[in-house]
Amino acid sequence: MKLYLHFFSMHLKSRMAYKKSFFFSVVGQFLSAFAAVVTIWFLFARFESVRGYTLGECMLCTGVILMSFSLAECFFRGFDRFSRVVREAQFDRLLLRPRSLIFQLICQEIDFARLGKLLQGALMLGYGIAVSPVSWTPARAAVLAGMVLGGTAVFASLFLLYAALCFFTLEGLEFMNVFTDGAREFAAYPLDVYGTAILKFCTYIVPYALFQYYPLTYLLGRTDSPLCALAPLAAPLFALPCWIVWRVGVRKYQSAGS
Amino acid sequence: MRACLAFFRMRLVNGLQYRTAAYAGIFTQFFWGFMEIQLYGAFYRENPENFPMEFSHLVSYIWLRQAFLRLLDTWSTEQELFDMILNGNVAYELCRPASLYGMWFARNVALRLSSLALRCWPILLVAALLPDPWGLRLPPSAGAFAAAVLSMALALGVVTAYILIIYFSCFFTLSSEGTRAVMMPLVGLLAGELIPLPFMPDGLAKVLSWLPFASISNAPLRIYSGDIAGAEAAGTMLLQAFWLVALALLGWWMQRRGMRRLCVQGG
Amino acid sequence: MIQVEHLTKTYRISRREGGLLQAIKALGRRETQSVRALDDISFHISDGEIVGYIGPNGAGKSSTIKILSGILVPDSGVCRVNGRVPWKERKRHVAEIGVVFGQRSQLWWDVPVTDSFALLRDIYRVDEARYRKNVEELTELLDLGELLRTPARQLSLGQRMRCEIAASLLHDPKVLFLDEPTIGLDAVSKLAVRSFIRERNRTHGTTVLLTTHDMQDIAALAGRILLIGHGKILMDGTFDDVRAMDPGAESLDALAAALYQRYGV
Repeated sequence: MKLYLHFFSMHLKSRMAYKKSFFFSVVGQFLSAFAAVVTIWFLFARFESVRGYTLGECMLCTGVILMSFSLAECFFRGFDRFSRVVREAQFDRLLLRPRSLIFQLICQEIDFARLGKLLQGALMLGYGIAVSPVSWTPARAAVLAGMVLGGTAVFASLFLLYAALCFFTLEGLEFMNVFTDGAREFAAYPLDVYGTAILKFCTYIVPYALFQYYPLTYLLGRTDSPLCALAPLAAPLFALPCWIVWRVGVRKYQSAGS
Repeated sequence: MRACLAFFRMRLVNGLQYRTAAYAGIFTQFFWGFMEIQLYGAFYRENPENFPMEFSHLVSYIWLRQAFLRLLDTWSTEQELFDMILNGNVAYELCRPASLYGMWFARNVALRLSSLALRCWPILLVAALLPDPWGLRLPPSAGAFAAAVLSMALALGVVTAYILIIYFSCFFTLSSEGTRAVMMPLVGLLAGELIPLPFMPDGLAKVLSWLPFASISNAPLRIYSGDIAGAEAAGTMLLQAFWLVALALLGWWMQRRGMRRLCVQGG
Repeated sequence: MIQVEHLTKTYRISRREGGLLQAIKALGRRETQSVRALDDISFHISDGEIVGYIGPNGAGKSSTIKILSGILVPDSGVCRVNGRVPWKERKRHVAEIGVVFGQRSQLWWDVPVTDSFALLRDIYRVDEARYRKNVEELTELLDLGELLRTPARQLSLGQRMRCEIAASLLHDPKVLFLDEPTIGLDAVSKLAVRSFIRERNRTHGTTVLLTTHDMQDIAALAGRILLIGHGKILMDGTFDDVRAMDPGAESLDALAAALYQRYGV
């Protein structure tokens, strides 16, 4: 942790050399998040509800997704630039240091603009909670916290998977954006909106539904099933296969060189 | 024209190297289109009478947008061109025997056409083969098809002229980040890249349809699907032509002013 | 102590002809070709030796350094540094070696060098007293002084290389790998780097393996020379052995050329 803070201050010092670009990236992020939320408003203004969900219910879902996504981004998005680390053989340097590789990667790219995103996520979550029709109980609050943290775990695993795939190919990884940025946009709506096939995919392949759809139905009082309330606990299991791919990737890098 | 062809060829060869990138891009766009259709489908089932377009028109709109994304998006820029302006190297471009504006216009058109040539076919093919209600359908008439092609060409011109204005604004702002950070999300919304214009509140949609951004993907895609037809289509294309000329003139003027400033400063 | 026995390493590279047609063909299938970078390499280096590792571009020098530092795993063969297999006990191995890549930087671009050093202190878990002593010693020997307070991007190449070398020695490594440490440096910086390496070797007994294209580095530093070409060790001897091959050579570069010619690389 101390070392993480040390890296943190180094990034801060580096970044301060370019204050203006920092400011604009924060402004840009707020604008694009705002644009995304505005579209949800527009659609609900026209149709009033979707698959029985009202705007307030949907906004709760949006808030959870944005919050967990920005939490994951805040710490793990550095993996996003991993293709550059591999291409420029900076990974050699990480291998030369007596520390865990994943930890070094987390430290490698700390971007303060992401603090802006974190704030944004928190605002959206607050807004979602405020407009949602849920009558809050301690149990429901715990489920909500579970959703946010479960979501963070899934998105963080996806970022790790993205980095791991860089060992195999440096091109075409944009398809992973479907599962990160794409998921952030589509999972702003409860996942059953997209039909059962997508819901199954999001349950068994990439487990978004475990921290979104199932616990949401519990929060909104559509089910009493404790299984739905506890579903977010299973979401972090997704990290395991991602970590295995990462290990295989590191081994491949070490045998192929750059 | 020759410059455009040369850039196009070079881009194509360069782009073809990245085969995995091409497959991945196609997958991404296909998936994206599918999810959007599912989402709008859910809204349609909920409240069909409030749906502002025919559903099949919307489906065609979404697939075409995915297929022609690289041609008409409002955010693809080349860092190299920004850098040339910011570090003053753009002055060397004056040594070449062609107008700077024309050359950069050609270069950007070539960039867009070559990414399009690499990407659009699989999406068009698969989308056309999908069963109703998910499939891409031919326009209602040959006339509508011809109109869509013409409108698409105008749209390419408008978006290129707009992007050039973004480049040349760097002469005056001396940094590209601010402009890009503010314009990209805003223009994306105004151009109907997030949701098609008819899905916005009616008053707003009406205002936006007069802005240049509506002349980019909104016009050709809706003309193709038949959502805009007849006299309205003709009017839309006239508006596109107007914006093409207006934006090109503005960009050209900015370029002249910018270069003069650069020369006065001495690079 | 570095032991290397029968190391072999093969790479696969893809190639393609120019032109649009070929580019389209390559969409489907790509031809690959394997290149043998290391072909049964063996050598031993004792503690406290300075060994110059020379050979033409692409001969396998960097691959060897990468294997010895644990970045790369060989196809076959054994290799131990201080009794450890580099790629099997990565963290413990790298804590005891220092590596400088002449063409890459480990310093942070936009912050003063001293901040980069402090970060390395935490990464390598060097305790404060030892860190202070090392920085002091390195500052004096490499004449870092003012440089420590300067961001790396404002340093000249020679100044930066001196800082890079210091950065790789903050944790008192027993073994130092230098991959082209003098590349692109001016004469004064080259001399400074060479004399520092000699001094470090004399006072700390640091084992040094350096690759270089500059025969002056070899003449000034290396007690022993390994020549590699086409993935094989072609010669293991001293600078005098090399000198004897062409006693009339006009310059060190001519001598190197004669050496390469003699071994057909």
